[in-house]
Amino acid sequence: MSIRRSIEWLPAVVVFVGAIAIWDVSIRIFHIQQFLLPKPGAIVSSFWNERHTLWPAGWYTFKEALGGFAGGSLLGMLTATVIGRFRVVGTALMPIAIAANAVPIIAFAPIFDVWFNPLSPHSKMAIAGVLCFLPVMVNTLRGLQSASPRQIELMRSYACRDFEIWRRVRVPAALPYVFTALKIASVLAMIGAIVGEYFGGSFSALGVLINSDASIFNFQRAWAGILVASLLGLGLYAAVVIVERVVVRWAPASRDS
Amino acid sequence: MSAAEPVVRIEGVTKTFGHGNVTALQDIDLAFAPKEFVSLIGPSGCGKSTLLRVIGDLIEPTQGAVTVNGKRARQARADHDYGIVFQDAVLFEWRTVSKNIALPLELLGWDRARRKARVEEMLELVELQTFGDHYPWQLSGGMQQRVAIARALAFEPALLLMDEPFGALDEMTRERLNLELLAIWQKLASTVVFVTHSISEAVFLSTRVVVMSPRPGRIAGTVDIDLTSPRTAETREDPRFFELVTQVRELLRLRGEHLLPEEEQLLRDAAE
Repeated sequence: MSIRRSIEWLPAVVVFVGAIAIWDVSIRIFHIQQFLLPKPGAIVSSFWNERHTLWPAGWYTFKEALGGFAGGSLLGMLTATVIGRFRVVGTALMPIAIAANAVPIIAFAPIFDVWFNPLSPHSKMAIAGVLCFLPVMVNTLRGLQSASPRQIELMRSYACRDFEIWRRVRVPAALPYVFTALKIASVLAMIGAIVGEYFGGSFSALGVLINSDASIFNFQRAWAGILVASLLGLGLYAAVVIVERVVVRWAPASRDS
Repeated sequence: MSAAEPVVRIEGVTKTFGHGNVTALQDIDLAFAPKEFVSLIGPSGCGKSTLLRVIGDLIEPTQGAVTVNGKRARQARADHDYGIVFQDAVLFEWRTVSKNIALPLELLGWDRARRKARVEEMLELVELQTFGDHYPWQLSGGMQQRVAIARALAFEPALLLMDEPFGALDEMTRERLNLELLAIWQKLASTVVFVTHSISEAVFLSTRVVVMSPRPGRIAGTVDIDLTSPRTAETREDPRFFELVTQVRELLRLRGEHLLPEEEQLLRDAAE
């Protein structure tokens, strides 16, 4: 099994290493300016040399993303539960929610900075949270409604009350949908926090650091900052996938993540 | 009909849908004796599935009443008198085979040890002993349907309601499951109500076949099946089997050329 798994991963590893190599070689061949695109090696060495600045900044931003992810997702699931329970609320809110989902919410980032203190992490949490809320809400609601009418009919034949049906059928049926949404939300939360910081924030934040490094032509550290953000984003996504594997045990193993 | 107190008594049941525009069932009167195996057969739209759901209290009749073991259908449902098997297995994909079979037992509040013992018994009954820890997606359609039957019978309901349970399966699997179902039925004390649109399946399985006609859903007639029990693969080659199949087919054909309501209206208008 583990050997087969490593063979499955092999093409991706080859492509990744190849891309890095092409990147490095093209810079040498075409004499690409350092400020346009630094060499991968230079980014990695900056990532290490500046670790005392970059990593705490990354952690600071990660906490904002995590706070927004947790808050926005919880609120999304809660809202979906209420909407799923009371159809009237749903018919009133769903069209608005779907329309809101198409709005580029990140455009509100400067407004949130005004509403909350731009220097406090709360303004970034709010942006990340709002970004996470809608996909989680819409997917959870779809999940709660995904149980088949036959499944519900069967439970009714056992004289089950609505709560029992919700607990034993609707919630488990919704879980795959919820995790799909949480994976999307984990990515959005990191984007929300970083982009929020581009509009201003504490100097201990990663987005502020990347932004200011780029404006003073310190591109190596800016790229190293992007690397930190990417790794943290991947980490959050991977954490969600691991929890999904544990919770949604019944899914076919071949299912992609 | 048997002199014993009927398990199911259907009295004057009428069901209309859509503000009375569509009459799915009209004036149905039936009684099923204990241990009977009754098939409801008819073309699509004859209301056989609706009748099954009225018996199971999943649909309320517009008029008339259903009593099960002398109780109102609502009370019978609350007392867990029904085991139901649908056309698709309707398994819960997050539960293993064993957990699916144990579900009604959990709802009845059986303790773990008692549940485990019964699930083992049921797995043996449907010959899936080694599949208890599998998830539904890992089983074939026929195996899934056997799990559904095991689940429906696990708590020994007085009445087993089956809505075209083998309709989605291939002919060979279907014939094998027919035999298995009869073997199971022989061992248990349940009365079975079986909806199908296969004439041979209805005749092969049943002690009585109720033929229904559409628009509105009515009983066209009943045929008592006097084939010897237990039935085997050879039963299908018995001359009596063909006679009975023909009898049911005649009844279906007789009522099969039923007119649509619009056509009836036209005739009535022409007569006036």
